[in-house]
Amino acid sequence: MTEFDPGESTSIVSVTDKVRAIKIGAPVSSVHFLGQTVAFVGSEENIFVVADESDPGLVAVHGGGILCATSDGKRLVTGGDDGKVVSLDAKGEVVLLASDAKRRWIDNVALHPDGAFAWSAGKTAFVRSGKDQEKSLEVPSTVGGLAFAPKGLRLAIAHYNGVTLWFPNMAGAPEFLPWAGSHLAVTFSPDNRFLVTAMHEPALHGWRLADNRHMRMTGYPGRVRSIAWSAGGKALATSGADMVIMWPFASKDGPMGKEPTMLAPLKSRVTAVACHPDQAILASGYEDGTVLMVRLSDGAEILVHKNGGAAIAGLAWNARGTLLAFAAEDGEAGLLTL
Amino acid sequence: MSELTSQKIPVTVLTGYLGAGKTTLLNRILSENHGKKYAVIVNEFGEIGIDNDLIIGADEEVFEMNNGCVCCTVRGDLVRILDGLMKRKGKFDAIIVETTGLADPAPVAQTFFVDEDVQKNARLDAVVTVADAKWLSDRLKDAPEAKNQIAFADVIVLNKTDLVSKPELTEVEARIRGINPYAKLHRTERCRVALSDVLERGAFDLDRILEIEPDFLEEDDHDHDHHHHDHGHQHHHDHDHGHGHGLKHYHDEDMQSLSLSSDKPLDPARFMPWLQNLVANEGPKILRSKGILAFSDDDDRYVFQGVHMMLEGDHQRPWKEGEPRTSRLVFIGRELPEAAIREGFESCIVSR
Repeated sequence: MTEFDPGESTSIVSVTDKVRAIKIGAPVSSVHFLGQTVAFVGSEENIFVVADESDPGLVAVHGGGILCATSDGKRLVTGGDDGKVVSLDAKGEVVLLASDAKRRWIDNVALHPDGAFAWSAGKTAFVRSGKDQEKSLEVPSTVGGLAFAPKGLRLAIAHYNGVTLWFPNMAGAPEFLPWAGSHLAVTFSPDNRFLVTAMHEPALHGWRLADNRHMRMTGYPGRVRSIAWSAGGKALATSGADMVIMWPFASKDGPMGKEPTMLAPLKSRVTAVACHPDQAILASGYEDGTVLMVRLSDGAEILVHKNGGAAIAGLAWNARGTLLAFAAEDGEAGLLTL
Repeated sequence: MSELTSQKIPVTVLTGYLGAGKTTLLNRILSENHGKKYAVIVNEFGEIGIDNDLIIGADEEVFEMNNGCVCCTVRGDLVRILDGLMKRKGKFDAIIVETTGLADPAPVAQTFFVDEDVQKNARLDAVVTVADAKWLSDRLKDAPEAKNQIAFADVIVLNKTDLVSKPELTEVEARIRGINPYAKLHRTERCRVALSDVLERGAFDLDRILEIEPDFLEEDDHDHDHHHHDHGHQHHHDHDHGHGHGLKHYHDEDMQSLSLSSDKPLDPARFMPWLQNLVANEGPKILRSKGILAFSDDDDRYVFQGVHMMLEGDHQRPWKEGEPRTSRLVFIGRELPEAAIREGFESCIVSR
């Protein structure tokens, strides 16, 4: 059997020999940076921390499956099927942030730049802001995703048939943005002008927040599970196709009436994307284990990890953009210093 | 395909009208010493008296796929829970999904046909329906949900048989057979049934569609009697109705099964479009469909199965030497347009 193998090709620049291979030894679901430390979130129970040249250190955080994780670069917050919300910081300190009274699964977590955080269990979204005030809101169906707006304490709650926008510290009814279907992940554009959801069906849906005008982004062969804003928020990179699909958000109309940019096509489905924090570069991971770095301006590719392994579960850049970490579902991971 | 199938986690769907005994069966499955670990998705927490960290409460959230097909509904909560459970792969051997007493089993089954991620990790094993021998006949008259659950079943556990007389039992069985003659039927008290009769059935496995015969015509019928109480040496083999004699023939007014067969080969160029059209147009009425097909100029058996508008099919294996190349199809559904279906099927038969 012959396989398409970018590693053997001479036409692509490779940095695979500069990657430090890391064996996690357990399935990994996502990758995050806490300063210069890499945190590989396991599928259950543990986070594996790589701070220096030594082997990954194990940090126990949940008594079961880890269902969701998010990080702002300073702390990593996870939710588990043990009903707990836990945070880990760069110093290795683990804090139990919240426990669900009925031990329901924590399906989603979100972090606010000011230190507030949110989580959801079933149909209820919870927010705890700086002063340890806890507020909750029940939406009509199970919460599919949570995201804080970049400004103010405003939470987007994705669920079936639309998104609820909630100001937890303000009286008055939350705003509802309807769109038929099941909405899973949700994200605000960094300039706070657009809201985008990844749906159960292979499509994204967006709203221009000024007038709630709809934006449909379709054509994916598979569900979009990974989305990332490019440096400056000019474009949204997405998984779900056998290439990275980038939707333009620089103009006031967002992607309406425009074609997306298609980058780094391979004969394998993109499973993870991560944009460089300040340069026009992204990293893409594929179902066949390939990891590429791609220049947005011309689509030039650099091979970071060859195909042949398990699907890439997560990718992350550190805040300075000098380190790129990745992990496959089976725990084969790598760290590239640029 | 078999190898891939075996790596997927089997999912048993447990249905039954309110009070039929679903929880009893579930408790039995969880407490029996079988060396297997089950993850259980229940609609109501607290009813199960067994400590198990893999019991997950679910809200039945049925949603329509945005593809313009009204019967194309899936259980959104199930997609999410199965995704979460896969984080703990290796910690359990199988999954049981208990539905509420009023649930339609179709969205659960359809979740396994349409969701890519669910399909990658799990496979639907069988729909098991627990029915109350004393009250089912009444429910079939006044509760469309109860009828749906019987029609949809691969396995029917006819429970509380100790609460009815023998003629009453015969009556309720005949009513069940009037709706669904193909499900395996087990008579039980307090849901005492061999777990191998309800779990690991492979009812949705194309490789295991071996024959399509009404269950009560099969020779091993007497094995399905599960009176395990110890009233001395009473025989429960009931040979008197072992081959369908003694059974009254009921025809349910709105839910029926329809069986088609042909000893002459079918023309795939005519049959496939006909079948696809049929489920596209009549899908809302067709609950389940299944078939073993002999195509002209094809030495392989072709098998298919479907739920409402969703179909899946594949070549199964070569026809054996001497094996009669008979095509058989069954449909279970509501107000099936029998004459039109028969006529359409006849037109797919190669005449020479």
